Amino acid sequence: MKRPQNEMKLCFPSLSENERLARVAVGGFLAQKNPRVDELSEIKTAVSEAVTNCIVHAYRDTIGTVELTAKLSGDEVYIKIKDRGCGIEDVEKAMEPLYTTLPDEERSGLGFSVMESFTDRVTVKSKPGFGTAVVLIKKLRSKI
Amino acid sequence: MAVYIADGGEGTIVAKITGEIDHHSARWLRMDIDTAIQDKSPKKLILDFSGVTFMDSSGVGLVMGRYRNMKERGGKVSLANMPEYIEKVMDLAGMDRLLNGR
Repeated sequence: MKRPQNEMKLCFPSLSENERLARVAVGGFLAQKNPRVDELSEIKTAVSEAVTNCIVHAYRDTIGTVELTAKLSGDEVYIKIKDRGCGIEDVEKAMEPLYTTLPDEERSGLGFSVMESFTDRVTVKSKPGFGTAVVLIKKLRSKI
Repeated sequence: MAVYIADGGEGTIVAKITGEIDHHSARWLRMDIDTAIQDKSPKKLILDFSGVTFMDSSGVGLVMGRYRNMKERGGKVSLANMPEYIEKVMDLAGMDRLLNGR
């Protein structure tokens, strides 16, 4: 990403109440670009998936800090969601559609599929025992 | 976030969901809908999404769980009034094939 024109950083505890906070904050940050409603919905959904993964998987049975960074450069949106939780042993497996370690809790295993479908690029870096960083990149389309 | 249960006639109940569906709210919605299924023993459950303002994949889990619950009782589930992007999330899960046996 080129030098960002604007950026924000938000840190919050991994409480499920904060899933909404994260997507509303990103929505507010992106409002300066006056995005299309469908694009904004897609970005907020992708953010919600990444933050939910931190709460449900990374900090399972504990509370840790989730770091959310958002940057804007031209029409490109960069969002990083980072935790210092348990990490992912096999990222490739975790990204397979419908793969879930928590079927009994009605997790659909679609989190990464939604992120991939609703953004242009998803990058996942994870180290077991140290945490995970998910980067979402999406170029905003011009309004017709 | 709330769910309004209405009698749709002929053994059908309609659960109209309003507000946002995420991992946080899904557990409450799940409880309310399952209580209605338990109380009314419907043959068909219609989940109405017309009042939903946001949904992530937790909504898919919510539908899959109610599908299993109704199937165990010999009943069916159908989805109504989904905004376009919610339909896109449901399509990723192949929900249409699951609910309609295609």
